[in-house]
Amino acid sequence: MIEAVLIGLVAGVVAGLLGVGGGALFVPALTIGLGLSQLDAEATSLLAIIPVALVGAARQRSHGNVDLRTGVVLGVVAVAGAVAGVAIANAVPERGLEVGFGLFLLFVAGRLVRRDLRGDRGSGAEVGQGAGERHV
Amino acid sequence: MAGRRTLRLAAIGTAAGLFSGLFGVGGGVLIVPLLVLWCGFGERLATGTSLAAIVIIAAAATAVHGVYGNVHLREGLLVGLPAVAGVLLGTELQQRISSRAISLIFAALLAVVAIALLAGL
Repeated sequence: MIEAVLIGLVAGVVAGLLGVGGGALFVPALTIGLGLSQLDAEATSLLAIIPVALVGAARQRSHGNVDLRTGVVLGVVAVAGAVAGVAIANAVPERGLEVGFGLFLLFVAGRLVRRDLRGDRGSGAEVGQGAGERHV
Repeated sequence: MAGRRTLRLAAIGTAAGLFSGLFGVGGGVLIVPLLVLWCGFGERLATGTSLAAIVIIAAAATAVHGVYGNVHLREGLLVGLPAVAGVLLGTELQQRISSRAISLIFAALLAVVAIALLAGL
């Protein structure tokens, strides 16, 4: 019980710091800490993500860090993608999906690091990203 | 330009949704870096926008899971409420560090998730 609360707190800090939902930490907190099954933990994790993302987005909006229109477009498109994802998950071997996504994430991480080390970040990156780029 | 940007957003949203549906997470792990790399978003703007998108994704997914009776309200609140306190802390912390630091910490998170996927954890 206490570990579930602590992992929840840490998941929230990560969510605020990095703009993710925190589900990757909620799921083990719910299975290991509170004894839920994997499926129930994934479902319950999504419920817990809602207030976290809502409060985080509201705070970031007060700092001028939310492009609301883009967020809504991404969210709506992603709902359609998620439906497709569930269908694919039932048709394709899970191991192949894990390896494919794992390699893709490594590639993305490499791109981020290379960009940071080269220093070609563009001067607008520090100050809320020039509005011109966002509304092209 | 607007057309290419729309296509990129559609690709990011679809990829995030696929990831979410396949692995039961919110999809932010894809939205944030792809907004930065493909759409030229600054790190802070990418993370804030990602959280807004995740509200919609998680609400829709929770509704679907709720129909099947998989959602446990009490346990969700038990991890979710401390996490709300955490997200306030994390958001304020993020305003005090450089964009480059956010990006490098994010790359580390991606590497951890990737290794967990590859190792089948």
